[in-house]
Amino acid sequence: MPDQQPDKPEGVPDDANTELSSAFAETPTLGAMGAQSLLDEEDLTHTPPQSSEDVAVVDREVARSLWQDAWRELRTNPIFLISAVLIVFLVLVAVWPGLFDSTDPLQCDLAKSQLGPTSGHPFGYDTQGCDVYARTIHGARASITVGVFATLGAALLGTVMGGLAGFFGGWIDAVISRIADIFFGIPILLGGLVFLSVIPSQSIWVVVGFIVVLGWPQIARIARGAVITAKQQDYVTAARALGAGNGRLMLRHILPNALAPIIVVATIALGTYISLEATLSYLGVGLKPPTVSWGIDISAAADTFRNAPHMLLFPAGALCITILAFIMLGDAVRDALDPKLR
Amino acid sequence: MSTAASARARTGDTAAEPLLQVRDLHVEFRTRDGVARAVNGVNYSVRAGETLAILGESGSGKSVSSQAVMGILDSPPGFVTGGEIIFKGRDLLKLSNEERRKVRGAQMAMVFQDALSSLNPVHTVGTQLGEMYRVHKGSSRKDAKLKAVELMERVGIPAAKERVNQYPHQFSGGMRQRVMIAMALALEPDLIIADEPTTALDVTVQAQVMELLHDLQREYDMGLILITHDLGVVADVADKIAVMYAGRIVETAPVHELYARPAHPYTRGLLDSIPRLDQKGQELYAIKGLPPNLLRIPPGCAFNPRCPMAQEICRAEVPPLLAVTEEDGRDLPGRGSACHFWKETLHG
Repeated sequence: MPDQQPDKPEGVPDDANTELSSAFAETPTLGAMGAQSLLDEEDLTHTPPQSSEDVAVVDREVARSLWQDAWRELRTNPIFLISAVLIVFLVLVAVWPGLFDSTDPLQCDLAKSQLGPTSGHPFGYDTQGCDVYARTIHGARASITVGVFATLGAALLGTVMGGLAGFFGGWIDAVISRIADIFFGIPILLGGLVFLSVIPSQSIWVVVGFIVVLGWPQIARIARGAVITAKQQDYVTAARALGAGNGRLMLRHILPNALAPIIVVATIALGTYISLEATLSYLGVGLKPPTVSWGIDISAAADTFRNAPHMLLFPAGALCITILAFIMLGDAVRDALDPKLR
Repeated sequence: MSTAASARARTGDTAAEPLLQVRDLHVEFRTRDGVARAVNGVNYSVRAGETLAILGESGSGKSVSSQAVMGILDSPPGFVTGGEIIFKGRDLLKLSNEERRKVRGAQMAMVFQDALSSLNPVHTVGTQLGEMYRVHKGSSRKDAKLKAVELMERVGIPAAKERVNQYPHQFSGGMRQRVMIAMALALEPDLIIADEPTTALDVTVQAQVMELLHDLQREYDMGLILITHDLGVVADVADKIAVMYAGRIVETAPVHELYARPAHPYTRGLLDSIPRLDQKGQELYAIKGLPPNLLRIPPGCAFNPRCPMAQEICRAEVPPLLAVTEEDGRDLPGRGSACHFWKETLHG
């Protein structure tokens, strides 16, 4: 019987026609027309069966998935555009600092200590006589690296742990949630002062690791909630009824539907992790010289702020702009992925 | 279990081994407020090519019993606490989880009520259809997609080649339900359970979808269990009906006999509740009272507080599902009623 569908012998109003009218109804300009044709049964029945392909085309223009909708929303959001341009610029600076600066940030001349901006050295010199512009440019790498990798790590660990807790429930959930609570309960700055001060080497990766260890519970909580919500959806039951195993259910059916809130929290966390790195470095427990970091420079400049404000203003300004860019991006992504805010 | 035995003897299952036999199935939900006995000793059987309709209000246990058969009961809180589910000679309740998973989809499949929420919004229809082949047959992505197109054509979706790449929300209600049916049909299972497959659809589309299910069932000689609360939906497609109330089957009958002469006051109440054109202007009939709270099923016959014929015995004794006969003692094959007063109900 399905074979007769393409040539539609009786030309009765089958689904294709219902389809057509609903497609029209969804197109704003054709909405009135759709209502009209619904009223006029006669018209509807005599619509020639040319429709199906056109319908497909119309449909494709009208209806979008969550991600397509979010992208459309983002493209027109000035906050997203500004933050995206800034972030692209910052990433370029972090990856290829040589493009923006040819001075070595570690090549210092004490004779020029604390000198103000001069030609060729627009941000002036710091106490050690190093070029502040070069240090500001090279400092981006530390901040962006810590921010991006700490976020990736925390998001990955948090999603896996929260996902397992939410999917399996029961004792697995209880154990993971309690572990998360323990890490959640450690104030991140106090934890930094305690743990990082006893670790001898302070490479970027130690700081990244520290932030991941203390940051994942926040993501895990969100992921657990999102997975529990997705798990209860009918399509998960349906997939199970059709023979999908746990792995497939988790990765193909639940995860893609639980991803949106995780992405939002992670993007917002990125900004805070960057500021956290600067804070830890400022306090002397994060990155250590000779690593170039805005936090270290801000710390060094704080003592001489009244004599040489330029030493503080430029790295602090760069830090502010970077954090602002990532937090704005997080906000824009959150707005785009939350249908209720549209 | 004498109830089971007598019911089975009368439904004529002796001829050939039925595809699915549910025997004395018990399901309960252990909730914080207590134990809800959702299914209390249900027996039924379905043969290849046969359609069994399970009729009942919400909370009667019709969906829960079928979820138990599929093995997709949310557990906890739901537990199968007794009975056998014999499918093609094997008791499904004795299989391991992995063995049961392999049965699902390949040998028995389910069509759900709301196709929009039962299809994953983030994957295209083609991906989801193809998944059946990828999970069970290990097909390649490309093969799976070709099969998906074939299936969509099979269930009468026009322009299948283009639509295979679309998302579920881009389909109309009827087309989505066709996709669901295609998914259930993909591996040509022996049994399909359709849980209110047309409830979410327009009346005109309902008929088309039922017809499609019916045609496909005949073509593949599948057993079909149709779960519904809509008496109109089942009339044309079902062979036999089981009416459920408070987790028990209260009446079984071949479809047209049930409509003509119900043998249980509850069934009669259901039939009387259908609005008829000649009743215009009169008040509509409704069974008084509410379906019982499953945490506190009334003692005796669960229907007794709402039953116009209830006597003392109905409050004391649970009526077993017994075969019913004509007034002169002739057999009524396939008919059974769990009412102390089935004679009065059936023969007026």
